[in-house]
Amino acid sequence: MKHIISILVENEAGALSRISNMFSARGYNIESLTVAPTEDASMSRMTVVTKGSDDVIEKITKQLNKLVEVVKVVDLSEAEHIEREMMLIKVRAGAKEREDMKRMADIFRGRVIDASDNTYTIELTGDGAKLDAFIQALDQSAILETVRTGASGIGRGNRILRA
Amino acid sequence: MLFPTQGNTVMDRIKTAELTGAEIVIRCLQAEGVDYVFGYPGGAVLWIYDELFKQDKVRHVLVRHEQGAAHAADGYSRSSHKVGVCLVTSGPGLTNAVTGIATAYMDSIPMVILSGQVPTHAIGEDAFQECDAVGITRPCVKHNFLVRDVKDLAMTIKKAFHIATTGRPGPVLVDIPKDVTTHKCEFHYPETVSMRSYNPVKKGHTGQIKKAVQLLLEAKRPMVYSGGGVVLANAAPQLKALMKRTGFPITNTLMGLGGYPGTDAQFLGMLGMHGTYESNMAMQHCDVLLAIGARFDDRVIGNPAHFAQNPRKIIHIDIDPSSISKRVKVDVPIVGNIPDVLSEFLGLLEKSKTQDIKAWWKQIEEWRGKDCLKYDRNAKVIKPQFVLEKLYEVTGGEAIITSDVGQHQMWAAQFYKFEQPRRWINSGGLGTMGFGLPAAMGAVLANPGATVACVTGESSIQMCLQELSTCKQYRLPVKIINLNNKYMGMVRQWQQFFHGNRYSESYMDALPDFVKLAEGYGHSGVLIDKPADVEPALREAFKRKKDLVFLDFLTDQTENVYPMIPGGKGITEMILSEDL
Repeated sequence: MKHIISILVENEAGALSRISNMFSARGYNIESLTVAPTEDASMSRMTVVTKGSDDVIEKITKQLNKLVEVVKVVDLSEAEHIEREMMLIKVRAGAKEREDMKRMADIFRGRVIDASDNTYTIELTGDGAKLDAFIQALDQSAILETVRTGASGIGRGNRILRA
Repeated sequence: MLFPTQGNTVMDRIKTAELTGAEIVIRCLQAEGVDYVFGYPGGAVLWIYDELFKQDKVRHVLVRHEQGAAHAADGYSRSSHKVGVCLVTSGPGLTNAVTGIATAYMDSIPMVILSGQVPTHAIGEDAFQECDAVGITRPCVKHNFLVRDVKDLAMTIKKAFHIATTGRPGPVLVDIPKDVTTHKCEFHYPETVSMRSYNPVKKGHTGQIKKAVQLLLEAKRPMVYSGGGVVLANAAPQLKALMKRTGFPITNTLMGLGGYPGTDAQFLGMLGMHGTYESNMAMQHCDVLLAIGARFDDRVIGNPAHFAQNPRKIIHIDIDPSSISKRVKVDVPIVGNIPDVLSEFLGLLEKSKTQDIKAWWKQIEEWRGKDCLKYDRNAKVIKPQFVLEKLYEVTGGEAIITSDVGQHQMWAAQFYKFEQPRRWINSGGLGTMGFGLPAAMGAVLANPGATVACVTGESSIQMCLQELSTCKQYRLPVKIINLNNKYMGMVRQWQQFFHGNRYSESYMDALPDFVKLAEGYGHSGVLIDKPADVEPALREAFKRKKDLVFLDFLTDQTENVYPMIPGGKGITEMILSEDL
């Protein structure tokens, strides 16, 4: 099952490598990983999307907690949470396809943020499934390039993750 | 007021002269009470060596290869409960030490490794003797640091000692660029460390402890299985008290030997791949299993699916949460410091009565009656087991025994009965050949006057043989018990059992004359090829308290270690000597 794990980690050189190293050394899978400093510049927040049985996820969180630079670990998928990912997708948009492509972007609440004679670059935000759906909905031959940030996640309501 | 005061800081500043990074390193080691550093000099650490030279509190032991430095620091720590410290230069100095660091990591040994690094401005430019020390060691240390600023040096070293010794212990590396050792700053050795990201659990959960004790009180077929954690946490007294209070049977892992007295009637011997029949059977058939500071690894319980076939309740005490339910699901996990948890157990058990377990003991004695460690005592060739039995007799069970890796290691574990913790020193997790001799050097220095023997084989000893030279320089009277069967015995045994007797590359031709070799290094060597000479040779060697004596025993070439659980098989699927 897919899990989304949030990690607060000291903002130190090598911290990211320690975490990704633990996943690869122990054979755990990473679907996506995002990281950036938080409002407290001494700390970074990482979101890792991984797949595994409950046993495996328990092992992952224990191993993460064991890393000396890791301040806190939460499996967001254990409770209500919000997940967002951003995608930039460049599509063919010549005279013929232009209208359709714009409409499609609107349906998914995407925004065209760049255009040329025969391309659009669309920005789309949502959970992973929505981005997948958008890609599926397009004529595959019209997709020129995609780049996704990987998911970021946060707990719903009063659920707060801090050091 | 002319000068606003902030406590004593103004005064401190006036008093504190600026020190170079190299001076700070030595002052930190002094402040930590380090008496020995094992190391090897080189370009990046010259300033640190210069400061070592100028003082005499921290003594340096010059090894002959950095692997030896790491193993010696490791053996020093294992035999004394102090932190092992080693100092190596950048590049090859560090990479040579990696095997020793990984060995310590696998067995959770508290060590601090100081490595030199090229100057900060040269890092990343493929400088001479540059390697990414922090990157290379990351997977085999508890934590590591690169110190880029001399102002961080003292705090980083303090943190290294703190991390190495708290929670589940382990090696910590501090990589120090050469320019940092010449830069100056004020020196204050911090007294405490506070890290928001590192707060190991100490106290076990009271509710869980109550649950565990309840299970122990209800157990009809209890079994206790203790590992290296008991030794590392100095929990042997509490463990013994618990065992005496309950009368339960107990087994030790390879790492746990000495955690419980080896001659005690409740002790069933080591368990696992080469464990005793009675230990392995009791593990499988117990109804409540108390695991203490052990990690259910593959060499211990064999195939977890087979282990799960018999239902039992499992209580697991460990300082490291990630060790719990890793390979085997447990019912009552207790994360905490073992001595404290066991003391709480004892408190709760005081007024309660455990079940009558006579029938269980009767069953265990029946298993024990198989005498699974028997071997041919009338053989005309020297049996390796015989050498170890005699070693035990001659040393009165009082020696510190280090070992290398292979058959000799297993026989030492089976036949030498360890009454006390920290007397059995071997590379259990990583299985590092070459560990025994340098580890013995560390053990000698940590335990002045103690008898230290290194049980080894002709293959293992050749992996860190150069340390015979270090032994000469520092007059380290290690007794080397070389069980020489001219084979990599354990490899040969697997090839005999599982590879159709094809002894691929496990026979070693052109072995050195070990007697002459020992003499070449300035030591004594003795060749023993008859069973009748074994005991006299040992007695003679151990009389020579000040000398290193290399005893080269020519042993039965085809002897195997029994019992044996083949890889991937269940804990009760043992091959016994009588089966063959």
